[in-house]
Amino acid sequence: MKKRIVALMLGAAAVGLSATAQADTLAKIKSSGSVTMGVRESSGALSYTLGDGKFAGFHVEICERVLADVQKQLGLAKLPIKYQPVTSQNRIPLVQNGTVDIECGSTTNNATRQKDVSFAVTTYVEEVRIAAKANSGITSINQLNGKKVATTTGTTSVQHLRKHERATGVNFEEVFGKDHADSFLLLESGRADAFVMDGSILAGNIANAKNPNDFRIVGEVLSVEPIAIMMRKDDPAFKKAVDESIIKMMKDGSLAKLWNKWFESPIPPRNVKVGLALSDSTKAAWANPNDRPMEDYAKK
Amino acid sequence: MNWDWQVFLQDTGGGQTYLDWMLSAWGWTLSVAFLALLIAFAFGALVGTIRTLPNDRLSARLMIGFGHAWVEIFRNVPLLVQVFIWYHVIPALVPAFKGLPGFVLVVAALGLFTSARIAEQVRAGIQSLPRGQRQAAMAIGMSTVQTYRLVILPMAFRIIIPPLTSESMNIIKNSSVAFAVSVAELTLFALQAQEETSRGIEVYLAVTSLYMVSAFAVNRLMAMVERRVRVPGLIVAGQSGGH
Repeated sequence: MKKRIVALMLGAAAVGLSATAQADTLAKIKSSGSVTMGVRESSGALSYTLGDGKFAGFHVEICERVLADVQKQLGLAKLPIKYQPVTSQNRIPLVQNGTVDIECGSTTNNATRQKDVSFAVTTYVEEVRIAAKANSGITSINQLNGKKVATTTGTTSVQHLRKHERATGVNFEEVFGKDHADSFLLLESGRADAFVMDGSILAGNIANAKNPNDFRIVGEVLSVEPIAIMMRKDDPAFKKAVDESIIKMMKDGSLAKLWNKWFESPIPPRNVKVGLALSDSTKAAWANPNDRPMEDYAKK
Repeated sequence: MNWDWQVFLQDTGGGQTYLDWMLSAWGWTLSVAFLALLIAFAFGALVGTIRTLPNDRLSARLMIGFGHAWVEIFRNVPLLVQVFIWYHVIPALVPAFKGLPGFVLVVAALGLFTSARIAEQVRAGIQSLPRGQRQAAMAIGMSTVQTYRLVILPMAFRIIIPPLTSESMNIIKNSSVAFAVSVAELTLFALQAQEETSRGIEVYLAVTSLYMVSAFAVNRLMAMVERRVRVPGLIVAGQSGGH
């Protein structure tokens, strides 16, 4: 063992993943006779699982209606939908490589993502808010000085807070929950003083808490994010079909009915209301259908 | 696929770059792993030794029973569950734990989990020694403590250096569970940064190589220890056959 050869192999295998699988989704749906919808396990009332491989939610139902229109357009007798659960880490690669044809979760439409994928017209505008205990006396972001602020690992909400922190000299400690339920538990157990997240997720978690009255959504809107249905890039025919179907729902009021069904009425599995009124920013997005990224909202 | 390594020079919004953040995360990973390893070695050596005590007295039998319970409890409950028990359950039962940061609790959880595994390796090392060694030590009048301190443990620890190397490398990788209790270590950095920058592949490649570099450094360090403490003629590294 005198010769000691230490072979350091750092094989950075630069495999050129050719990302675009099939740019013509309509042709793919027609030839395969089925379509794959990307869904989330737990994205509030937008997209969530009922267990048993069943998925439901505001965006899931929009997509089911859109795909029914696509089926009509293609003249298919039936179009079975495969549901593929995705996470915030894999949703973009799975759309790019063709595993998922249409992603109906809670994806923020931003400029970085628009380089990789394309988005349907915005169906939901999310407001990032602060949840705190009702008796904590916290009513504004500036009161978070020296406090512990929970957020969920792998979400962008905390970025806004960080920028705000630097701008105003408010100093707080970030605490990361591994998922939304975990972050809420941090708030509930007192390990964090506030939970900063999308308003619908906060509302959903509060509605499902043991004592919903102990918690309150407080303070100013930290940022506004357009949430949209995601598709492959450079597929104008499919995007047109999806957009037209959604715009039709916006105009004839069926989207407003869906909102009422998912956000203002009791929903399965526990028959609890989320209790989130249609916000002005979402109304504005429906009045003027568009697929502008988040950055455009910030400029206003 | 286009690489964009400049993503690490972007500002996180808080006045530091993602590179700064990643290096600090690396520090947290190493701190969790190192402190947990200290705990694991201390408790593992103690419990592993206890489990091999001669069971001739009631007090010894009670201690052996304690050793069995220790190993089975910490070995049979999944690591992530143990971390959550330390973080969410114990502070709810014992208020004194409420003030402790997640870092301390995850070091305890990871250290005790690994201590059960090290205890088993220590026991295996001790039991692999010929019975004659213990008997010879007792025959020349050594007490139990002296027998262990001067004869059995110095031999046993040399024998188990290879599995201890694996365990020390494992603890670096296992330290990733700390992300679940909000310790800003590499895995949490990876999950967070890939979402904020949308450059997941670059972020994960960088983080993976840091894990590899750390584990490999531990490997080389332990190999050096193995060479240094070798007793000529007894256990020769790289050759078959022990004592």
